[in-house]
Amino acid sequence: MVSFLFKRLLQSIIVMFTVALIAFSMFRFVGDPINNMVGQDTTQQERDDLRERLGLNDPVPVQFGKFIVNAAQGDFGRSYKYQVPVSDLIFARMPATLELAFVSAILALVIGIPLGVYTALKRSGIASKFIMTMSLVGVSLPPFLIGILLILFFGVILRWLPTFGRGEVIEFTSWSTGFLTASGLKSLILPSITLALFQMTLIMRLVRAEMLEVLRTDFVKFARARGLPDRLVNFKHALKNTLVPVITITGLQLGSLIAFAIITESVFQWPGMGLLFIQAIADVDIPIMAAYLVMIAFFFVLINMIVDILYYAVDPRLRADDE
Amino acid sequence: MELLNIKNLQIEFPSRRGTVLAVNDVSLTVRPGEVLGVVGESGAGKSTIGNAVIGLLEPPGEMSGGNVYLKDEQINTLSSEEKRKIRGRRIGMIFQDPLTSLDPLQTVEQQLVETIELHLKLGPAKSKEKAIDLLRQVGIPEPEVRITNYPHQFSGGMRQRVVIALALCAEPEVIIADEPTTALDVSIQAQILELMRKLCQEKQVGMLIITHDMGVIADITDRVAVMYRGNLVEEGTTEKILGDPDHPYTKSLISAVPRPDVRLKRFPMVDYIEKEGERKKLLDISTHWLGQARDFDAVEGPLIEVKDLVMTFVTKQALLKKNRQMFNAVDGVSFDIKQGEVFGLVGESGSGKSTVARMISGLYTPAAGTINFGDTDLTKIKSEKEMDYYRRQMQMIFQDPFSSLNGRMRVMDIVAEPIRFHKLASSNAEVEQIVTDLLDHVGLGAQAAVRFPHEFSGGQRQRISIARALATRPRFLICDEPTSALDVSIQAQILNLLKDLQEELGLTMLFISHDLPVIRQMCDRVGVMKMGQLVEVAETENLFKDPQAPYSKELLSLMPKLDKLSHRGLEVEED
Repeated sequence: MVSFLFKRLLQSIIVMFTVALIAFSMFRFVGDPINNMVGQDTTQQERDDLRERLGLNDPVPVQFGKFIVNAAQGDFGRSYKYQVPVSDLIFARMPATLELAFVSAILALVIGIPLGVYTALKRSGIASKFIMTMSLVGVSLPPFLIGILLILFFGVILRWLPTFGRGEVIEFTSWSTGFLTASGLKSLILPSITLALFQMTLIMRLVRAEMLEVLRTDFVKFARARGLPDRLVNFKHALKNTLVPVITITGLQLGSLIAFAIITESVFQWPGMGLLFIQAIADVDIPIMAAYLVMIAFFFVLINMIVDILYYAVDPRLRADDE
Repeated sequence: MELLNIKNLQIEFPSRRGTVLAVNDVSLTVRPGEVLGVVGESGAGKSTIGNAVIGLLEPPGEMSGGNVYLKDEQINTLSSEEKRKIRGRRIGMIFQDPLTSLDPLQTVEQQLVETIELHLKLGPAKSKEKAIDLLRQVGIPEPEVRITNYPHQFSGGMRQRVVIALALCAEPEVIIADEPTTALDVSIQAQILELMRKLCQEKQVGMLIITHDMGVIADITDRVAVMYRGNLVEEGTTEKILGDPDHPYTKSLISAVPRPDVRLKRFPMVDYIEKEGERKKLLDISTHWLGQARDFDAVEGPLIEVKDLVMTFVTKQALLKKNRQMFNAVDGVSFDIKQGEVFGLVGESGSGKSTVARMISGLYTPAAGTINFGDTDLTKIKSEKEMDYYRRQMQMIFQDPFSSLNGRMRVMDIVAEPIRFHKLASSNAEVEQIVTDLLDHVGLGAQAAVRFPHEFSGGQRQRISIARALATRPRFLICDEPTSALDVSIQAQILNLLKDLQEELGLTMLFISHDLPVIRQMCDRVGVMKMGQLVEVAETENLFKDPQAPYSKELLSLMPKLDKLSHRGLEVEED
């Protein structure tokens, strides 16, 4: 297992390095950073000084080296627009995105897995058929449309839930949470449902397909032939075997929940990293874009590592080599 | 008194194309301590009976008639909850494949204790004690330690013992065993059958054993019921059925079982089942395309010469080379195959016999050693083009007829592909004519060309594979367990076909099988393999009459004894 983890770590480093290279090349190819930073009346002398001070005259590999060293320490330079360290901006916005993604992931799992199991066990029931049809709608409707429809219905017509922002937040040192206030929790409902819906239907369909597969296996048949009640057969034997592939997809999807929260954040004006990123694109604020790219890649890599470790916990066959 | 009494059982599978009668008016009884065998080929409905008795018929199958009694209690009319309580508690079930019968994510202990607690209402500590005791009874060494292991940590035979222990948990009155040894090697099969018979007698359990294997029937059963297409054609004591069968199907089935005791020229009367297997239209090899261009480079001496062949697999990956664990699947194997000879390789699973075949055909690259095809060392050839020249002369027939044909291609294209690739015919019309002839020649009929593989049975598919192999006009054919996935009657037909083709075309063959009787019928010389090494090479008849190596003796002694089988009234021609 150690050598396996070591290999994975090595791969992760290569991935991060590549992403960093792409992020870094943005600085060089998406416009001239000096032009982006200074006003029109800055003299050529001042521009050259600034260029020298920012190290933009160094050879490219040296610049890249500096970028990597700084990025590894969480330093992505200053935002062109706000003139504050990018890391401060990102870290201020991160709790909003992470809380949203977390709630969505929980929603997707808590609703998706039981629905998947239910539709697999009661294949021909009317409820199952209804759920399957609805899930098709969930997969095929784009999230922004779902978001807008939810706003229209619950926000504008019924006036039950807030339609934008995080509501009141409580600060803990550097973390701001919306979990502890009523308005914060209320604000979470619509965006998290919007973000979760696609993942929920995906997980549900995956669990259903896997479960149907597992229910056909010999060991399930043998468990029934031993007289085990359905409850034990379905949940102890079948479901656990279903979870191995589900973990992979869920892990990957959690990463994309964070990465693709952009659309949901835009629809609900959710003050998270995605919204920051969208604004940065409009402003050509390259340091923020680069930092966002690297952060998201980091989340993906991290989650994948955790998934790999989870495999070991779930499947004893993988542990066999160590014995 | 009867323990299990099945009366006029009728099972239907409704489908879009009408209702299929899977089991038609079958009555069977099992007495305490008795082993009843139900024998038949695939599609005979024998497994369906077992599933119906324990109330686990796969939908849409349903019992449309008949009754099942356990002692005097009628059990087919019970509610599903009451049926569940009988399963495991009063009727135990053993399935075919021990590798898939156990939940891979739970330890043996968890699975045993769960079942014991459920049926015997014992506490966890008592249950574990009982579980260890059961494992000891089925012959698992060090049960106290092994019980904490996961299924994958056991070998196939040991897993089947665990499955038997699980079936015995609640001391059932009846055990239904559905092909309990089919997935196992002969040596393991002998042990498992011995164990099952012993348990049966000691505990006075009645056993219903469902199998296609006459060897198993001869070995363990007291009485036999023969099934054919859902009907019970004959029933009686094992001696009577095997020694003096009345029904023509039973006779045909018995004649198709490869004989371990004598080598026959062909299998007699095996046409009861697949009538279309007859080769009606035969080609005149001397004038047909198939018989031409057989003037290969003349070879002096043996056609194939294998020397010190080694194949290594990495069993444990590691970053550093010295930490890697290697396993020699084939370890210094040398033999040669003369021109026109059928050379057999026999051994149990994992002995490396298939690996040898794959190395000769170029699917694996050997770690060391040489493979001479005539005068050319195939391991030295670098260019693909030069290799193609030898690939054309060398074809392979695989074990599994279901996965060795591309399901998206029509049979025409499957068989034509090698002809087109090697440019062996000038026009498309000629290619199609050749394919049609080949299909006729292997007994399929030309109309097979426009169909897809899934429309054919296992035996027919294997005929397609043979036609495909012939399509390059090879001189050397490698058959890797070509019939082990087939029913015996189909096996007999395919083996007859291979014998005929070998004779007609003067083919040289490497024939791999785990089945000694099949080897005896097919091969001129045999190599016996054990754990990657060749322990003996001998003329087939010499090996069977007077084996030299201890392992050969052991293998031969484990061969199912088929002396009980009748061969009276069969026209056999000894070879």
